[in-house]
Amino acid sequence: MRTIRIGSGAGYSGDRIEPAVELAEKGDIDYLVFECLGERTVALAQQARMKNPESGYDPLLEERMRAVLPLCAAKGIKIVTNMGAANPEAAARKTAEIARSLGLSKLKIAAVVGDDVLDACKAGDFPIMEFPGSIRQLGNKLLSANAYLGAGPMADALTKGADVVITGRASDPALFLATMIHAFGWAMDDWNLLGQGTVAGHLLECAGQITGGYFADPGYKDIPGLARLGFPIGEVGADGSLVVTKVPGSGGAVTAQTCKEQLLYEVHDPVRYFQPDVVADFSQVSVEEIAPDRVRVSGGRGTKRTPTLKVSVGYVDSFIGEGQISYAGPGALARGRLALDIVRERLKLTGVSTSELRFDLIGMDSLHGSRVSAHGNEPYEVRVRVTGRTENLREAVRIGNEVETLYTNGPAGGGGAWKSARDVVAVASVLLPRELAKPQVRFVEA
Amino acid sequence: MKLREIAHSRTGDKGNTSNISVIAYHAKHYPLLKELVTAERVKAHFAGVVEGEVVRYELPNIAALNFVMDQTLGGGVTRSLALDAHGKSLSSALLDLEISAPPDPH
Repeated sequence: MRTIRIGSGAGYSGDRIEPAVELAEKGDIDYLVFECLGERTVALAQQARMKNPESGYDPLLEERMRAVLPLCAAKGIKIVTNMGAANPEAAARKTAEIARSLGLSKLKIAAVVGDDVLDACKAGDFPIMEFPGSIRQLGNKLLSANAYLGAGPMADALTKGADVVITGRASDPALFLATMIHAFGWAMDDWNLLGQGTVAGHLLECAGQITGGYFADPGYKDIPGLARLGFPIGEVGADGSLVVTKVPGSGGAVTAQTCKEQLLYEVHDPVRYFQPDVVADFSQVSVEEIAPDRVRVSGGRGTKRTPTLKVSVGYVDSFIGEGQISYAGPGALARGRLALDIVRERLKLTGVSTSELRFDLIGMDSLHGSRVSAHGNEPYEVRVRVTGRTENLREAVRIGNEVETLYTNGPAGGGGAWKSARDVVAVASVLLPRELAKPQVRFVEA
Repeated sequence: MKLREIAHSRTGDKGNTSNISVIAYHAKHYPLLKELVTAERVKAHFAGVVEGEVVRYELPNIAALNFVMDQTLGGGVTRSLALDAHGKSLSSALLDLEISAPPDPH
């Protein structure tokens, strides 16, 4: 049976680059996939594109492509990535330019466009899933609307001979599923195969999170070599069989435990993992260590896809102001609490207008709140953190200022004050009838 | 005994919802997890953090439970005021859960 080897070269936009080079160099892979597009990144990229029409793609595109293109071209490794963000065509042109500058001619670079469904969303006025309201009610705060496209257009691009496929918003597992559909000719209504392929894509999409990253817990779960963590390789057979592994000699580990943790990462109901191409069912998945750093994962299934696509909507939500300052030594906790009380009173006294405020002591209760953290010991040092949501930048600035003035007006020994104020681009979701998204593949030749 | 002695865990985030897996190190402890780590206990453990419903899903093939906790991430990862907006550290809080001891933890 034919098997392909798919390397996962990035789990998020800022991820390490050399593990991807290691995969291309020593991984004996057929495909190298880079998942680089966070939930709100498209909205931010859309803002950048409005200022400059040739921008709006991943800021690390050039660095990543320069690092892997020569190796991939020499070995015939196909690249699939969502680094196109809000501008896949400009990303494809840039990649072509990089290829030429590296002396790599005749590379076929495909851009998948059509995830931008802002016009269709505005025309239909769809309800927001996360809170009461609709697209229209967001008014001029609405920045972007991008549908999670499926694997079809990417597989199509590969079949038409693309060496590099660059998409914008697409489902993360679909970046991987596309290589399987292309390589094996899987039917787009073979729900069980698409479900098992989605398991593979889901396991691989966060790169180092299945090879021992986001996992180590000394004394309980020890992982060697995290500073030179190897990224994963999925060996996928034409029947959907899957073995997860990594480059021999690289850091990290692929074990049943790392695979189980990643299988459930960001999953809700395991029977219904909604994807553009299939509703995947993870509930019957089994995991088996067959050799060191080789884990077989089987049992993924699927049912028919839904008539809608999930659309990520970016909008200007609010502004956030923040200030921090530290206290240490005997009485640090009491001084930290006093500092919070002072800021609380000052924000009232000076009439700072906020819709939400949060008072934390980093080192005590900032991560899980005062109730969950109640039995924690008193630390040697604490860091005061005050954050608030405002309607404009001017009000947000005042929050950090009230923390900073603790230097000369607050408790003894406050050090390392820091402040910030920023606008918040948030994302929400709507469901769009799938026929309203019209993806297309466009080619650029290097 | 803490849950940490017999299970490992990972947190994921989507919007304002957090999911936490609880995976038995040894399949023999899965029935104990099922019995002791209920949705109600998890909701009580996260008092002040989880404002919505907690739903538990069972995955016997991998000896794991998956807890889906609604209204947990400060209104959503992209707008939360929290230091850990993704709630990534929540799994560590869950492993701190006190459970009655089974005969052989490891």
